[in-house]
Amino acid sequence: MLTYIIRRLLSLIPVLLGISFLVFAIGKVTPGDPVQMMLGSRATPEDIVRLRTQLHLDDPLLVQYGKYVWEILHGNLGRSYRGQTPVLQEIISRAPASLELGTAAFLFSILIGLPSGVIAARYHNRFVDNAIMLIALGWLSLPEFWLAILIVIIFGVQLKWIPVTGGEGLSSLIAPAFCLGIAPAAVLARLTRSSVLEVLQEDYIRTARAKGLREILINFRHILRNAMIPIVTYLGLLFAGLIGGAVFIESVFARPGLGRFAILAINARDMPQIQGIVLLGAALYVVMNLVVDILYSVIDPRIHYS
Amino acid sequence: MSDPKIAPAEISVRQIATLQKGRSQWRMAWDRYRRNRTAVFGLVLLLILILVVLCAPILATHDPNVIDYSYVRKPPNAQHIFGTDNIGRDVYSRVLWGGRDSLRVGMVAVFISVFGGVLLGMFSAYVGGIVDTIIQRFVDLTFAFPTILLLLSIVAALGPNLTTVLVAIGISGIPGYSRLMRGSVLQALNTDYVLAARLMGARDGRILFLHIFPNVMSPMIIYGTLGLSGGIMMTAGLSYLGLGAQPPAPEWGAMLNLGRTFLQSAPWMSIYPGLAVFIAVLSINLIGDGLRDAFDPKNF
Repeated sequence: MLTYIIRRLLSLIPVLLGISFLVFAIGKVTPGDPVQMMLGSRATPEDIVRLRTQLHLDDPLLVQYGKYVWEILHGNLGRSYRGQTPVLQEIISRAPASLELGTAAFLFSILIGLPSGVIAARYHNRFVDNAIMLIALGWLSLPEFWLAILIVIIFGVQLKWIPVTGGEGLSSLIAPAFCLGIAPAAVLARLTRSSVLEVLQEDYIRTARAKGLREILINFRHILRNAMIPIVTYLGLLFAGLIGGAVFIESVFARPGLGRFAILAINARDMPQIQGIVLLGAALYVVMNLVVDILYSVIDPRIHYS
Repeated sequence: MSDPKIAPAEISVRQIATLQKGRSQWRMAWDRYRRNRTAVFGLVLLLILILVVLCAPILATHDPNVIDYSYVRKPPNAQHIFGTDNIGRDVYSRVLWGGRDSLRVGMVAVFISVFGGVLLGMFSAYVGGIVDTIIQRFVDLTFAFPTILLLLSIVAALGPNLTTVLVAIGISGIPGYSRLMRGSVLQALNTDYVLAARLMGARDGRILFLHIFPNVMSPMIIYGTLGLSGGIMMTAGLSYLGLGAQPPAPEWGAMLNLGRTFLQSAPWMSIYPGLAVFIAVLSINLIGDGLRDAFDPKNF
């Protein structure tokens, strides 16, 4: 097990290198001179030359990439064009808002999606199943930015239950977490249903029933546990996506998180900020993938890693 | 099966020919599809939507770009059934015209994804070896980026406008479809019909496009359909963020972007364009689900 984890950690290195290369390449193919962006229009030619050498922009591309990776390894993601603050620091200061919202939405989607999927599977092809699946497809088709706008119009403007933008505390989290979590809940319900249906056909379920085990035990110990593999895979990527990718919801509800940070960065064409957020977002994705792989063996002891 | 109402004597030679030919997998899939009521509903809904959008010049009650400062932010009424926006334009007419960009961009983008994915997947599987490995490692790499971040970084690199959004959605979909296609082609390469074709001396291109391709198309159609709804949603979403269609273009997402400033005084500016996106996405998802059930009855 430990050797497996170490081996997987080592296998992350080429992936992370690849990610960093792609992110580096984004910065290079983007039109516009970074030095011009940083110094503004009043810069003298001497200033420009000085900054170019200072930033190593005249070195060969591979050397530049090497320096870029070296700086990342030292926790330096560069400085933003605006304000000249370290990008890592900017990202860290916005992480709590995204972490809070992402976690709330994550828990919400599990709380709704998982039981709905199990119920639908247990009532396969009956009215309850069809109703849950139709509702799930409806939620799934609802653009989250529009849902968020509707919620603001109904509960913010008309009923005045929630603040129209921003707001503090746990209560201001409910509406955005709902909007962010409802589509994943629908996906989860569909996934859980098909996964459970597959397990229900297994012989060991019939055996468990024949033994006279209580239904609740069969549900949790035999069915859900065996159906968990595809669900956990989805949940891992979902969590990473919810943290770094809540661009629409954070934008509608004006939350100071990473998604909104990414949009502001793009509108300002602030390349170091964009690169920083994409790099960390992808790294989080890859790490969650690894966590999921390790979780497999906990859920299903039959899975051995050698 | 033949129509049981036809008496044997009435069966024409032509009908016998079709009977002997048997039902193609497409015909069987269609027969299963049309028995699925929600799937047929989705198809009808989408056809109506496309028809309405295409007939925008006839159905629109106003010019979508005519500004009337004396009639701004008026709620829905008899002249303006969806109300007017912040500079007095007719929201109903703008929703109709706006569908053109939203639907077209989504469709072209998914076409790029599927087309690129099919070619890359076929190539990767058929050539195999080190080329295959390199392509697949690259595909793995793109999977490491959350979709929205991948899209945002492409838009950031190319500059925000509707064409960029189209290209970004199109390109970012290629790796996924290519992985799907590669798997199907690898499976098909081991079948007897490919062996038979090869023994008969068929060339690579012929085997790939005439023998393998028709047999591995159904998963591409299913995922392409589901990808289409995602593409339309993402087009509107990126425009909503101000990264896609730019004003004064009447695109659904761009209309939502404009409406966000007027949620209090003119909520109808946001309600109707979003509703249009919802209907488009819902109808295509219903079709996609129906197609999956029709092509693969084993699927739950």
